[in-house]
Amino acid sequence: MIEHEVLERVLATALRKGGDFAEVYAEDKSSTSAGLDDGRVEQVSSGRDRGAGIRVVVGETTGFAYTADLSEAGLRAAAEAASAVASQGGAGTRVVSLTRSPAHVVNRIEIYPDTVGKAAKVSLLQRVDEAARSMGGAIGQVSAGYADSRKRIIVANSDGLLAEDEQVRHILRISVVANGDAGMQTGFESLGHTIGFELFDQHDVEELARTAARQAITKLRARPAPSGAIPVVIKAGSGGVLFHEACGHGLEADLVSKGASVYRGKVGELVASPLVTLVDDGTMAGEWGAIGIDDEGHPSQHNVLIQDGVLTDYMWDHLRARKEGHAHSGNGRRQSYMHLPMVRMTNTYVLNGTENAEDIIRDTPYGVYVAKLGGGSVNTASGDFVFGMTEAYLIENGELTDPLREGNLIGNGPQVLRDIDALANDFAMGNPGTCGKDGQGVPVGDGQPTLRVKSMTIGGTAA
Amino acid sequence: MSSGSSQLQDIADRVIAQAARGEQVEAYVARGVETDIRVYEGEVEHFVSAQSEGIGIRVIKDGRTGFAYAGTLDESAIASVLAQARDNVAFGTPDEWAGLAEPDGVAVVPQELWNEALAAYPTADKIALAKELERLTAASDPRVRVDDANYSDGAGETAVATTTGIRVNGRENACYVSVSTLADDGDETQTGFGFSVGRSPHEFDLAKAAREAADRATRLLGAIKPPSKRVTVVLDPYVTAQFLGVISSALNGENVIKGRSLFANRVGESVASPLFTLIDDPTNPKAYTATDIDGEGLAARRNSLIEAGVLQGFVHSSYSARRAGTVSTGNSVRGGFKGTPGVGCLAMQLKPGARTQAELVADVEDGVLIQMVQGLHSGVNPISGDFSTGASGLLISKGQLGAPVREFTIASTLQRMLHDIVEVGGDVDWLPSMAAGVSLVIADVTMSGA
Repeated sequence: MIEHEVLERVLATALRKGGDFAEVYAEDKSSTSAGLDDGRVEQVSSGRDRGAGIRVVVGETTGFAYTADLSEAGLRAAAEAASAVASQGGAGTRVVSLTRSPAHVVNRIEIYPDTVGKAAKVSLLQRVDEAARSMGGAIGQVSAGYADSRKRIIVANSDGLLAEDEQVRHILRISVVANGDAGMQTGFESLGHTIGFELFDQHDVEELARTAARQAITKLRARPAPSGAIPVVIKAGSGGVLFHEACGHGLEADLVSKGASVYRGKVGELVASPLVTLVDDGTMAGEWGAIGIDDEGHPSQHNVLIQDGVLTDYMWDHLRARKEGHAHSGNGRRQSYMHLPMVRMTNTYVLNGTENAEDIIRDTPYGVYVAKLGGGSVNTASGDFVFGMTEAYLIENGELTDPLREGNLIGNGPQVLRDIDALANDFAMGNPGTCGKDGQGVPVGDGQPTLRVKSMTIGGTAA
Repeated sequence: MSSGSSQLQDIADRVIAQAARGEQVEAYVARGVETDIRVYEGEVEHFVSAQSEGIGIRVIKDGRTGFAYAGTLDESAIASVLAQARDNVAFGTPDEWAGLAEPDGVAVVPQELWNEALAAYPTADKIALAKELERLTAASDPRVRVDDANYSDGAGETAVATTTGIRVNGRENACYVSVSTLADDGDETQTGFGFSVGRSPHEFDLAKAAREAADRATRLLGAIKPPSKRVTVVLDPYVTAQFLGVISSALNGENVIKGRSLFANRVGESVASPLFTLIDDPTNPKAYTATDIDGEGLAARRNSLIEAGVLQGFVHSSYSARRAGTVSTGNSVRGGFKGTPGVGCLAMQLKPGARTQAELVADVEDGVLIQMVQGLHSGVNPISGDFSTGASGLLISKGQLGAPVREFTIASTLQRMLHDIVEVGGDVDWLPSMAAGVSLVIADVTMSGA
């Protein structure tokens, strides 16, 4: 994409007016997407995004500029703009000598998206549409989206780092509307991995569509969810977002260092039920948040955040790690070359416990069983978070009974972590997610075994 | 439609001139610059200065649509975008209603979307504004810390050309400042934010932004989790604006024809309290999202959606209108050059009542003033109507504001909430969102807490 020597000269330009650190991040991304709705393939789209972001750090100040022009002249112009923050001047010429990092390959790609015909991509959507509609007359509408991307990135910085990675992602999303006497209900499923088109040979997309359809149909007979604080059992692979929101964000070093996290100053302390061991793992091959290197050029890692309930460490990006003398953790990520990197999660999950999932339900006289969660959000400073339950059932006398209508669950992160009183041995990863922070979205994964929280507030309408 | 760039228009014109026989072609060209400054503890934390550009091309042939984009205006890249869009046409399903917008003769209501004072505003003064906002906020209350203070501005120019005769270009700029706060009391920390927006920095009210940011954070200190029960809620204007954003999905003509709107087949029926009159009016210059043209290049216009509780109609693009057997309402929306236009409301406004929020609260026997909601994206389903959201605010007892409350939800269904509206306030606030804010009283909502 950009030659080694050009990168060295651009970094020298970036530091000409002074500065402690300079970095070039360049990407070249090709993507294809296709959407089907109302029985029609509405359109196939192709996209190309190519450009570089350059930052210069002077003390506590970062200057940043980006450009779609990857010529040496274009990169140098962006370097000049980014270096405007280094107004002290007079540092003179600084020679940057780059050393290529050994490749850190996490994701093995068999079938690259550009080697697959568009007809094959579109036919996935048609198969999904047909499968969902085969579930009966209640199915009123089906929409499905396919997207692939192939992104090459290159990172070079004034510490001499030069690293490259290629990220290939495929995702399929299915939304279904079912019509009943009491109105409409919806079902949703998605399948996304950081692998090639072989994804669709490894998974049954028709079954995924039927699952989404069943979800919508089942909810037609749903009754209003309870209102108030009661026990909640969360199905394996559907509640990782709980940990993402309840504590993941609060363990990001940028928020911690500004005192905007309830977990500040808590390393070494018991912050969760001793049942909980929480990991953030960018090396989990093929998962939606898996990366070879982060967007600052550092290899992805397997980081233990909470061990047996005790907080062991936060997640770090270059700026925070440098400031506090901490090692990199491979969590410096950004949405695109148009964005500054910051501390972000990759694949965040809770390790298996020892109990049997069926036993956990059987031991719950009354509660809510959440089979699928929607999105969520957290206030890291107070720890208050919400997330939506899109498929849930009532637990009565240790058995699942009626399906429930949608609603939000609400809780306080540190409290909920302490209130986990049962953890099963049936670990599963959840759906691919997009994590939003400060206006930037990045792909993340999550996972967890079936677990029970002894009390959470369900935001339903039933007394 | 301020005088835009003839250069971008030339690019768009040159693309559509390459249309082959039987092809409809649309070229959308955009270019923008942005400045983003963040201040922390009196120093610039980051300074972002950048420019971007790109083109999106749509080709329609025999009822099939193809699309492609690139984030560059490089001549050879544009040729490849057109080739890709053409190639993509073959994979679409023929759709008898597919087609680009055609000029409809509706006159454009000119808007002042470009401000020279902002374009000429010096960088050093932008930094000074962010620093001043941080200082004012920190000084407003001893319990308050500033998480970050920001200045942002952007300027963009666009041009659209189609083989069906649309040819418009324009430019627009805007700026805002914002501040995030933390308030501490012992072990407890709460957060707040404040902002001010304008066509130029001269329109900012820094003192108000600082005061609101401090107030939002401190008012929640010591908040309790309320009991679960049915209550009357008073929504703050900021919350009402978000509530209207949810309702807009059911008024979207595309959702109606595709069986995703709870308002389908209900035009002429009562769908809300007689107190509820809702319009979409991007021609009102007071609206933050006021605009002269929509995403397809047709004139933006005023549309009546719900009149005294009775559903009047839906918003449409040229495509959804063609399918529904009507005409576009000028409600095509486009997120930039990377996508094709969809349908959406542009600038919603609820017809205000006469009384202040304090007067509304005085009439509530047992309720909550909802000042913030969390999780509208996760607990509200605009298709089924299920509504459940995290909230914080102040308890209301016998007409008096009481203790702050947090970590609870309010729930009902959209259908019921619209009928359960008790009163609309007179306190219209032109917030930086797609809908204007106003206080709104809704009865019989379930509050779930302890």
